[in-house]
Amino acid sequence: MAEDSAASADKKESMPEPPPQPEVTPGEEFKENVRDFVDKVRKRREAMTLVGWASIATFCGAYALALVRFFFPRVLFEPPNVFKAGYPAEYTVGAVDTNYQKSQRVWIVREPEGFYALLAKCTHLGCTPVWKEAENKFKCPCHGSGFTKEGINYEGPAPRPLERLKIAVADDGQIQIDKSIKFRQEKGDWEKPGALLKA
Amino acid sequence: MDTDALKKEITKGQLWRSVMRHDVEDNPRTRVLKVMSNVFLHLHPVRIPRFGLYLKHTWCMGGLTFFLFLVLTVTGTLLMFYYHPTKEVAYADIKYLEFDVPFGMLLRNMHRWSAHAMIISVWLHMYRVFMTGSYKPPREFNWVVGVLLLTLTMLLSFTGYLLTDDQLGFWAVTVGTNMARATPLLGHEGPFAELTGASPYNDIRFAMLGGSVVAGNALLRAYIWHCIALPLIVAMFIAVHFWRVRKDGGISAPQ
Repeated sequence: MAEDSAASADKKESMPEPPPQPEVTPGEEFKENVRDFVDKVRKRREAMTLVGWASIATFCGAYALALVRFFFPRVLFEPPNVFKAGYPAEYTVGAVDTNYQKSQRVWIVREPEGFYALLAKCTHLGCTPVWKEAENKFKCPCHGSGFTKEGINYEGPAPRPLERLKIAVADDGQIQIDKSIKFRQEKGDWEKPGALLKA
Repeated sequence: MDTDALKKEITKGQLWRSVMRHDVEDNPRTRVLKVMSNVFLHLHPVRIPRFGLYLKHTWCMGGLTFFLFLVLTVTGTLLMFYYHPTKEVAYADIKYLEFDVPFGMLLRNMHRWSAHAMIISVWLHMYRVFMTGSYKPPREFNWVVGVLLLTLTMLLSFTGYLLTDDQLGFWAVTVGTNMARATPLLGHEGPFAELTGASPYNDIRFAMLGGSVVAGNALLRAYIWHCIALPLIVAMFIAVHFWRVRKDGGISAPQ
């Protein structure tokens, strides 16, 4: 600093004499102050660097999360899972209704205690079984799995009972079935509300 | 003017010098510089040992795989000019390409057969690298990059399968994505699905298909992964793969 001003003073001879510089000999205290200052600046710089990288990391992390969420659409343009299956009075007690097998892949069974809906999908490899009225069972044409009217597997390779679907009464009094909610007997789901519509 | 003089005249000009950063005399120095100062060739080893050129050593399977990747990129880009990734017209577009677009049948078959060939060549390349012990240090990292590239090649093949939107592709993707149902934690029929609350409407399969069934969204997603995202990722890994071959000492030599 002192050298600098001396050098510039040499160059500008036409300029008036600068005021005399006070004689400064840097003492130990001064050196200590400089060291403290440099240390402070270094620490501040490190802290700011950390803040900078933390901001970038936060942004990238948030962006990654947003990217994951982006792949899950909110609105779907798919066939609805809920359908109405007529009025309870239209069903015969003890009968298996196969009217919705082709359009919805669902059987609706009316028993004295109520209604339940079975998904017409074999639990072996996913074929559609057939309701055999005379033999009182569901029979899969692919590998011969057999299910009772309740949906319990009792012959063939099917490893577990048929799945039941959520069944309820809609506002207009019709039976309403939600295929997205499944009840599995082996998990004890058939006892849960929604698996059976009490008559 | 004889050709040598003309050649000299051209190679001395600023236009030439601005593109080529080295002399053209054929000597060991310029031969090295030709490789070193070229962005494409610099990924390639500067020197190749004589046995490295023997077909019996490498089967040229890595090179063939890369060649097929280039063929697939070019033919795939051309196919994109006629293909719409929507349920309404995708299958019709394939038929249009097959039966009416000039050279469409050739183009589509080049793409199809190159895709089959690339799967085969990439496996044979892996087999060769294993048999020559080229996965051993210092090349073990490049083996890992190679495994990633193999996986990405299979994914390219899988995503391309759906695009014809025929019964074969539809059921292949139905079965393939149904496997994702059984993913632990992330699949709604997999282990611990109750723990994570995975359902058909929020699991990994849903993210792959963009819905709960193989439909329009799935077709569009397969198309984007197949044509843009995966090729970009593959190109990046190919660059790393080639560069590492060079850095790890070129083609592996018998001990």
